[in-house]
Amino acid sequence: MLHRRLPAVTAAVCALAVTLAGCSGTTKDSAGQDAAAGASGATADPDAPLKKGLKLAFLPKQINNPYEKLIDEAGIEAAKEYGGTGKEVGPSDASASSQVSYINTLIQQRQDAILIAANDPNAVCGPLKQAMKKGIKVVAYDSDTAKDCRQLFINQASSEEIGRSLVRNLAEQVGHRGKIAILSATQNATNQNTWIRYMKDELKKPEYREMKLVKTVYGDDADQKSFQQTQGLLQAYPDLKGIIAPTTVGIAAAARYLSDSSYRGKVVLNGLGTPNQMRKYVKDGTVEQFSLWDPEQLGYLSSYAAAALASGRITGAEGETFEAGKLGEYEIGRNGEVILGPPTVFDRKNIDDFDF
Amino acid sequence: MTTTVERPSAAGQSGERSARSLVDAVFRAREITIAGALLLLVLGTWAANPRFLSDQGVKDLLLNASILVLLAVGQSAVVITRNIDLSVGSVTGLSAFACGQFAADSGHGPGVVLLLGLGIGFVCGLVSGALVSFGRVPALVVTLGMLYVIQGVGYWWAQGEQISASEVPDGVLRLGSGSLLGVPYLPLLAFAVLAATGWFLRNYRTGRELYAIGSGPEAARLAGVPVRRRVLGAYLFSGTVAGFAGALWLARFGTVVADNAHGWELTVVSAVVVGGVAITGGTGTVWGAALGALLLTTIGSALAVLKIDAFWQGAITGALLLAAISADRIVNLRVTRALRKRSSRHGHGA
Repeated sequence: MLHRRLPAVTAAVCALAVTLAGCSGTTKDSAGQDAAAGASGATADPDAPLKKGLKLAFLPKQINNPYEKLIDEAGIEAAKEYGGTGKEVGPSDASASSQVSYINTLIQQRQDAILIAANDPNAVCGPLKQAMKKGIKVVAYDSDTAKDCRQLFINQASSEEIGRSLVRNLAEQVGHRGKIAILSATQNATNQNTWIRYMKDELKKPEYREMKLVKTVYGDDADQKSFQQTQGLLQAYPDLKGIIAPTTVGIAAAARYLSDSSYRGKVVLNGLGTPNQMRKYVKDGTVEQFSLWDPEQLGYLSSYAAAALASGRITGAEGETFEAGKLGEYEIGRNGEVILGPPTVFDRKNIDDFDF
Repeated sequence: MTTTVERPSAAGQSGERSARSLVDAVFRAREITIAGALLLLVLGTWAANPRFLSDQGVKDLLLNASILVLLAVGQSAVVITRNIDLSVGSVTGLSAFACGQFAADSGHGPGVVLLLGLGIGFVCGLVSGALVSFGRVPALVVTLGMLYVIQGVGYWWAQGEQISASEVPDGVLRLGSGSLLGVPYLPLLAFAVLAATGWFLRNYRTGRELYAIGSGPEAARLAGVPVRRRVLGAYLFSGTVAGFAGALWLARFGTVVADNAHGWELTVVSAVVVGGVAITGGTGTVWGAALGALLLTTIGSALAVLKIDAFWQGAITGALLLAAISADRIVNLRVTRALRKRSSRHGHGA
């Protein structure tokens, strides 16, 4: 009777595992704590436009959201420019109510402003109203709360402009003709659906009459599903000319699939992605261009907007203007909304200027 | 229960052999059914759209299934012992990220990266396995806990960073896209693991003991099977395979974050159960589980090609699961009855 075990092999693997884990472990740094200590003793300077020593707290949807981390870090950096301090706190999951206890803590800590990317527009409302009652300014960024629960919403780009510009850019690439498809995230993602609505509206214009949107598929922001949906599109519509993927996970997955499939070069992929994700595919020619707003600018603008609020320079009413450092002057639009600007287009020429 | 383990038995040689071959036949029938369903699905989709079986189409089908097949093979070893490993999704995710960061920082090739993946999976499997076997905590609770703990470690490690394809060495990415004689590496690796595991479980004493434990842990213990060590071994295997799958995940998808295979544990368990490995332990083969995994991923691909909305995929998977569990129950009852009849005819000199 055969009776074997694998002690030698397992021991070897184990030993190797320990060494390797050790090696890669040393590459880690324990960043993220430095901004934790808030400054105290704000000294108001009546002559300066912005108060010194303002305390800002960034509350992202979840603490490990790579995109919002970039926003928050840029916002904290910007606070240094006007003599304030910032920190980032947040829950580890993006569920509707997970931010509530963080808001309560921030109120107790008497922050000057809370900047929040809301997981749920209504779940955070109660505590945010409490905060405003206590004189804490509330600025939403990336993902808005209900209108009356914050003073300002800093929008990365208008939804309309995102939707329309993606269609415009793709149309240029495919010569305004042929079948196109959309690879979206989940079927009920509000931002995705709003963009898609504007894409469809843009496609009604006469210059796109020879273009046809044949299908919208949903990759659920999961790699495997995005792969499969892309494959399905290419097999179901062999004469497909272009795909718009307005989601960073979706576009990266679709690009990875295209880059080593036989469809490479036969179909144009455009959409919203980050330069780091897409760098390889832009350089190897799989993707010509894609768009995104600059999250660092979004953080910078949010930070300055919060400071302007906390210094009493603005109240959040429509038509007020404020200075946002190197970005220049911004005007508050309807419903307390401030728009960062049109999306940035990244291509082979400028992609190396960005690192996010 | 319907164990196929040899027991010291007073039954005649022929009686035992025919009982065993009956059981074998029944469960082979299950694999044949799944293979038939898969064939129907593939041929049906191919009839509707011939491109489904183009060179690229077949390659895609195999690549899509590889990682799930691997995880299903690992999971089978655990489920056969009447346990479950819900942490595999987290282990795969953690391994993928760790391998990604290691490869990006060090520029090492696929060999070292795969070893790192194996090592991470081994350590995770060791913790789960030790808690289940020696700590005697129910597997469901332990591995659910491990799911969150490992995910938490991933989040802490990643700190919201992601590893992009441009940072990953080309050698590693080629592992995900390259092929040998026209067959991509990933399915080849998955098949190798599958075949080795299938052979081991069928022909080695240790493999048979896993079935015995799943059929009746107490009986196995009394029969002298080192139950705890075997269960620990099953978890080590499942974890190591999940870690390996994580390294392959990096090679295939290129871009990795902290929680890549989020939610995959349930797909894996579904594949295993659909593939005929009873959730109550003791029966089923890794071949069946692999077929189950192939069937589930192929359904996803077929729906996409047939332009059917993807949300049907969940409903179909659920229906298959229920069908599989009902079939298990019916087959179990029949086989038990048949075996009882036989043993009363042959057995114990009655």
